Amino acid sequence: MVSDYRIQGATGDWEVVIGLEVHAQVVSNAKLFSGAATAFGAEPNTQVSLVDAAMPGMLPVPNRECIRQAVRTGMAIDAQINKWSRFDRKNYFYADLPQGYQISQLYHPLVGEGQITVLLDEKDEASAKTIGIERIHVEQDAGKLMHDQHPTMSYVDLNRSGVALMEIVSKPDMRSPAEAGAYLRKLRAILRYVGSCDGNMEEGSMRADVNVSVRKPGEEFGTRTETKNVNSVRFVMAVIEHEARRQVDLIEEGGQVAQETRLYDPDKNVTRTLRSKEDAHDYRYFPDPDLLPLELEDSFLEECRASLPELPDAKRKRFEALGITAYNASVLTAEVETARWFDSLLDAGAEPKQAANWVVAELFGALNRLGKSIEDSPVSATHAAELLGLVADGTISGSIAKTVFEKMIESGDGASAIVEREGLKQTSDTGAIDAEIDKILAANADKVAEYKGGKQQLFGFFVGQTMKAMQGKANPGVVNERLRAKLD
Amino acid sequence: MSVNADQVRHVAKLARIAMSDAEVEAMVPEFNNILGWVEQLGEVDTDGVEPLTAVIDNHLRLRNDVVNDGDCRDAVLKNAPDAQHGFFAVPKVIE
Amino acid sequence: MGELNIKTIAQLRDGFRAGEFSAREIAEEFNAAVEAGRALNVYTVETPENALAAADAADQARQSSDLKPLSGIPLGIKDLFATEGVDSTSGSNILKGFKPPYESTVSGKLKAAGAGMLGKLNMDEFAMGSSNETSAYGPVISPWKRNDGSNAALTPGGSSGGSSAAVAAGMAPGVTGTDTGGSIRQPAAFTGITGIKPTYGRCSRWGIVAFASSLDQAGPMARDVRDCAILLENMCGFDPKDATSLDLPVPQWEAGLSSDLKGKKVGIPVEYRIDGVPEEIDALWDKGVEWLRDAGAEPVKISLPHTKYALPTYYIIAPAEASSNLARYDGVRYGLRESPEGGNLDAMYAATRSAGFGAEVKRRIMIGTYVLSAGFYDAYFTKAQKVRTLIKRDFAQAFGECDFILTPTAPSAAFGLNEKMSDPLAMYLNDVFAVPASLAGLPAMSVPGGLDSQGLPLGLHLIGRELDEQGILNAALAIEERAGFTHRAEKWW
Ligand SMILES: [Mg+2]
Ligand SMILES: [Zn+2]
Repeated sequence: MVSDYRIQGATGDWEVVIGLEVHAQVVSNAKLFSGAATAFGAEPNTQVSLVDAAMPGMLPVPNRECIRQAVRTGMAIDAQINKWSRFDRKNYFYADLPQGYQISQLYHPLVGEGQITVLLDEKDEASAKTIGIERIHVEQDAGKLMHDQHPTMSYVDLNRSGVALMEIVSKPDMRSPAEAGAYLRKLRAILRYVGSCDGNMEEGSMRADVNVSVRKPGEEFGTRTETKNVNSVRFVMAVIEHEARRQVDLIEEGGQVAQETRLYDPDKNVTRTLRSKEDAHDYRYFPDPDLLPLELEDSFLEECRASLPELPDAKRKRFEALGITAYNASVLTAEVETARWFDSLLDAGAEPKQAANWVVAELFGALNRLGKSIEDSPVSATHAAELLGLVADGTISGSIAKTVFEKMIESGDGASAIVEREGLKQTSDTGAIDAEIDKILAANADKVAEYKGGKQQLFGFFVGQTMKAMQGKANPGVVNERLRAKLD
Repeated sequence: MSVNADQVRHVAKLARIAMSDAEVEAMVPEFNNILGWVEQLGEVDTDGVEPLTAVIDNHLRLRNDVVNDGDCRDAVLKNAPDAQHGFFAVPKVIE
Repeated sequence: MGELNIKTIAQLRDGFRAGEFSAREIAEEFNAAVEAGRALNVYTVETPENALAAADAADQARQSSDLKPLSGIPLGIKDLFATEGVDSTSGSNILKGFKPPYESTVSGKLKAAGAGMLGKLNMDEFAMGSSNETSAYGPVISPWKRNDGSNAALTPGGSSGGSSAAVAAGMAPGVTGTDTGGSIRQPAAFTGITGIKPTYGRCSRWGIVAFASSLDQAGPMARDVRDCAILLENMCGFDPKDATSLDLPVPQWEAGLSSDLKGKKVGIPVEYRIDGVPEEIDALWDKGVEWLRDAGAEPVKISLPHTKYALPTYYIIAPAEASSNLARYDGVRYGLRESPEGGNLDAMYAATRSAGFGAEVKRRIMIGTYVLSAGFYDAYFTKAQKVRTLIKRDFAQAFGECDFILTPTAPSAAFGLNEKMSDPLAMYLNDVFAVPASLAGLPAMSVPGGLDSQGLPLGLHLIGRELDEQGILNAALAIEERAGFTHRAEKWW
């Protein structure tokens, strides 16, 4: 699908070209090269080993789980896994970088080319677009600097120093802020399905470097800028819009885009120069002599593959095949927790199509009201399946189901127990129904006459009145049947 | 290849070593001497030769994902020229 | 008593075990020798109490028959090794006052084997030098003097110059050294002692301050071959904290010592006969061949065609790695900090590193930074790593024709202090024979062969196959038995 997103300039329409480098924190107990913990929010410098602080003579030893998670992530995006890779040092000085270099992978990354397919419109398969992935490499995170604690000093906390990151580098395949947003959301979903990154952008578990350039459609790529460390989908989209506009204006005024690194200021919604190419770093990458080449065995790769869960695309297709609408399937698979919860609902025997409708309409509504996420839904999947079962087998009506659901939320009890206790069972007892119908017909003789005179739409009125009289517990099928027998 | 004073200054900047003009001037010929000498490697035919990656045939071992280190702030900060409130302190960095 | 400090480790160990003297007597005598030898500037830190504590533990252990391999033996530890709570400064101002809260694996193993520590040994700053003159603590003075009555102060070699001088002057029976491009072997040769660099990966590098990670190896220096075997056994072994550590059992090198070389072939590389090397050295080399033949080995001519390129290769790779390894000395977390008034972070880095590093270290960081920088990386660093592949291949081919290789250790005997400091290239040439084995990660050692006409020691150099430390220890033993090198520096200090 070709994007028609254009920036209108004085000289005509411009196309924006976007590539994203996403840093995703790998889920692991210990750091990439040391045994220090990775948990978020610890006291400063309490999760720092002598290795992370780059004490003299300290050496890195890689954490298998971090490699494993990166490989699994690569497999999840159909990427080439490089059985031979290597760590390189990226040399630069900064107070948050104790070694004076970051251990990363430039020349031989762990994961090569792959791709991610995004849907620009959740209801429309035809809106699918494939975004190429250039590579995924594994590297260390830096520490953190605090600038507001002291008038003349910055404070250094190394808790993050050495935490494993995957840098996921896309090809410059995106052409609109919406595409970039869809890509990021999809990437985040995949990472969370795989379990290799928690995708928590507020805690910095995922952040993006946004590469933007503009060109007249069909022409060569323009000079790009890189806006660093953007930490939400919304901000990434804002950066692209702002940066594309800025570049178009600049070029049309006769200027030239400088290849530079920029920073995004969310408060002012602008990007500004961090450093230009002239004073760019010369990172002097070279193979880290403390680490031998990383060679992966087939058994390791097999385990990585075998441990992959069903991924969002496959899950969505399976749901659709069960008769679930494209929209519902898309909503149900967007977040791994929802998908897992829904799968356990199906496992508990719920009918897929109804279950999907119920989750999207009823459960989401209730969770929204309660301000709860699906993992701490007060109604378990087993209980929900029970509720849907009672509707399906005619034990309760759809409207009683809503009442039962409310009571389930309040009490945490099972659906059957509530129906039993509160006497909400639907009745098909024709005697009781007939008695009520007779009363209603007698009390509304005028309407009966109108109906018989051809005002067919009054049938609904009689159904409603009967159901009301039966406190919703009458089987609607039986009510219909008895009413027709008496009226027609 | 040979370097001039500006290039030496650039390298010194990359390496974060303050050098006076006199030091830079003195280093230029030394630098060129050493570079000229190592450039004899140009005589060696290395077509098709892979750069050495491991001195001794050995595989990279991987560690298990176990937290068995860290939580030693005192040791980490013990030798710091300036430690404040559990942090290393450095001259203010303005982004 | 009064003679303990010139005994070998084996003699001290056996005499102590037999009850001829106590560990405390040994420690006290060495402590006294250390104190008496301060003029040589061998030790940067003296730790007599540590040596005594280990000695007392050894004396106790002897009573309860609970002896460890090195019980009763005090050692000197090169300042490049981190020693817990004791200044570990790598001979540099930038680490002045640094007391690591950790102990290097190798020194820790020696201590766990019962050894005490006499102190930390002076060295070239960050092990960069061949004369111990780049140390922030000033040069070590060799105990040796020329026999011409000139009284000139000589170098004990470098970078393990404090280590070599300590053994030669009876200020330690054995010491640790490290060897990146000859820093164990050349100083051993200059001071008439024995030193071995094992195969890369045998000794853990954890806790040893890194100079050039792909080359650095620790090893022992001692009076004789047996002592080297004893110490080496207690220094080597797999360390999960070093990703380049070899996961192999440590052979019993002492028990395996044998000077019977029947069936062995000793390779004589034609390329090691180079212009400008004194005839005496070539003559000693020839003598070495004869001694090995006498022990049963058959000499064969071999070729190591890329020998000539080893030094330039080394002087690209080692500075490149060093420029990165030494980036951590930035004044933030430990060591020296120089903060110019009102200066920013970069100014602090530049001032700290300018004040903290000496001239040779700066020179190498600069060269290393340059050869890795944009546009030059392939021409220098990649090229050097390719030539390194060829050098390694040369050895592999040679070892198809011989079991070990004999060469001189250094192209000259010890030179005078200040003689070569003004000419870096002349200094670098000192390691011309030592560097190829370093680039190939091979075990290599120096054993004394004789004295030159000025009365200064000369060493013979043995290079072995990967992991064949036993092969070169045995060949060195054969030379030792035949050379009859019993010369000692006459005590003048
Ligand atoms: Mg980036
Ligand atoms: Zn990165």
